[in-house]
Amino acid sequence: MEKFQVLRSSAVPLPAEDIDTDQIIPARFLKATTREGFGKNLFCDWRYQADGSPKPDFVLNNPVYSGAILVAGKNFGCGSSREHAAWALFDHGFRVVVSSFFADIFRGNALNNGLLPVQVSAEFLNLIFEAIEADPNTAFEVNLEQQTFGIPSKGLSASFEIDAYKKMCMLNGYDDIDYLLSLQKDIEAFEKQSQLV
Amino acid sequence: MPNTLFDKIWNAHIVAKAQGNMDVFYIDRHFIHEVTSPQAFAGLEKRGIPVFRPAQTIATADHNVPTINQHLPIREELSRFQVDRLTENCKKFGIELYGLGHEYQGIVHVIGPELGITQPGMTIVCGDSHTSTHGAFGCIAFGIGTSQVEQVMATQCLLQEKPKQMRINVDGVLPKGVLAKDIILYIISKLTAAGGTGYFVEYAGEAIRALSMEARMTICNMSIEMGARGGLIAPDETTIEYIKGRKFAPSGAAWDKACAQWSALYTDPEVVFDKEYHFRAEDIGPMLTYGTNPGMGIQVNESIPDEDGNSFSKALEYMGLAPGEQLLGKTINHVFIGSCTNSRIEDLRIVAAYVKGKKKAPNVNVMIVPGSKQVEAQAKAEQLDLIFREAGFDLREPGCSACLGMNEDKIPRGEYCVSTSNRNFEGRQGQGARTILASPLMAAATAIAGKIIDVREEYPFN
Ligand code: SF4
Repeated sequence: MEKFQVLRSSAVPLPAEDIDTDQIIPARFLKATTREGFGKNLFCDWRYQADGSPKPDFVLNNPVYSGAILVAGKNFGCGSSREHAAWALFDHGFRVVVSSFFADIFRGNALNNGLLPVQVSAEFLNLIFEAIEADPNTAFEVNLEQQTFGIPSKGLSASFEIDAYKKMCMLNGYDDIDYLLSLQKDIEAFEKQSQLV
Repeated sequence: MPNTLFDKIWNAHIVAKAQGNMDVFYIDRHFIHEVTSPQAFAGLEKRGIPVFRPAQTIATADHNVPTINQHLPIREELSRFQVDRLTENCKKFGIELYGLGHEYQGIVHVIGPELGITQPGMTIVCGDSHTSTHGAFGCIAFGIGTSQVEQVMATQCLLQEKPKQMRINVDGVLPKGVLAKDIILYIISKLTAAGGTGYFVEYAGEAIRALSMEARMTICNMSIEMGARGGLIAPDETTIEYIKGRKFAPSGAAWDKACAQWSALYTDPEVVFDKEYHFRAEDIGPMLTYGTNPGMGIQVNESIPDEDGNSFSKALEYMGLAPGEQLLGKTINHVFIGSCTNSRIEDLRIVAAYVKGKKKAPNVNVMIVPGSKQVEAQAKAEQLDLIFREAGFDLREPGCSACLGMNEDKIPRGEYCVSTSNRNFEGRQGQGARTILASPLMAAATAIAGKIIDVREEYPFN
């Protein structure tokens, strides 16, 4: 997994609420057997017409907006457990998703793939949307160590929560699997004691 | 200290405490399917490690499979490749596969329970959000991402933070013509699509206790649609009766021991939940969704509400509906009966009982897809297939089918489909398709009438 420490970037606004993982990456693109290449189909049905041409009014097609931060309405990532959603966002170039509320499975999938979910209050989320609307080039600063999301030009900052273990993993680029593999003896002992095997 | 049913199962599966709030959480059963497993197998190969407990891993092919001519090679190349990958991987890693052509093949959440693999007190995961279905047996069952599929394959464990707990009580007696699907759609319409996020839900109360196992599965299945990771129901006589004698159920002395253990799986009376709701079964009617998330639901005789916000108007625009409008009487051209929510034998029986001797309306295409080979065989044994064929229904072979439209089973752009599945997201049943979620009974009634009717007015049905 890629390390995440500090990110300074402009952001892409997507204020829709309840964005489900079927929108992030539609099911017909889940036939791949590798993790790569999902970015080009990110938000496919919102992004492209039926004939494959870009929909000019969708934010990812608007050159005014760019950056590695996606700012979305509440309950982002609900629905299917497909990790492909996190892969698609990451592959497209996003490293942070900001919302006032994340669906549980998506949050976990994002954290397992070096994509940082930043949950802020509904009020602060509005401030971010306003700042982008006023100036699409507004730079934001995400500091994982400090657990802060800042709008330096406005002197504003909000703190966000992250589990201490997941934070350590993201800062260092560690995967859960390495940690779990190191526990094999404990797992076997647990199985024996629970008479599982 | 008093414990919930959830606490009891959770505590019994903690291998160790990790850093932060994470527990190293042991998984008893791991279901896998073709879509969310290939990258996980590739990960194991890259590390050069085996599947740690292959005997606790069960595979099937369901999401991507065609529902006609399953005896022939899959025509669609990418689908065939993905299904073939699963077959190769299972062989290589020593995992039992109920693939196409196998008598146990079917939707992963249908086959686990019907084979008796799903049992009370277990922890069960699968790379699929509707793993919550298995909670109906009093297990902790939840969906995971592919990285976690790999972790479970490698170690039979996950790092998990214990969620908050919610209890939803449904008291009283359900009116005629109202089914488990209506209960859960009603609950989600009250709690919203995010109302359960961060929680695990226990369903309780007289109306829940009165439900069959299959109806309980319908309820737990849709826990994820209110954002909850999973839902569970304490095991009781109904649970034990259902499991008894199934293929992988314990037998002999092991059965008695299991039953004794299961009888301790309930929430202690003094427990206070983080959140608790009470609903009355008498208040629930046949439900329909009008929007693009499962929380946007109304009873069949209600009008579409008017709410502020872009997301609300965007949803109605996608659906081609307006605030104040009624769905009752609306012409419908597609009906889909299937999915891990409503494709078990009881669902098919409910549909058959309503449809018997009737014909579908000429304007409607009706696809009915059994959840598994065993459901299909049982339906044939009961001659339900004849009833469906006579009614003009298109009876398919098992798979996820039009629930997510990964195979050829799709609803055309702009058309309405009354569907017994669980998600009405934009494009879920095909690009531009408009899904109205409903019970199997409402779906059957729509198929016959060619439009949405209030099924209660038809009662008794013959
Ligand atoms: S039937 Fe639908 S919801 Fe159920 S597992 Fe298949 S795709 Fe998922």
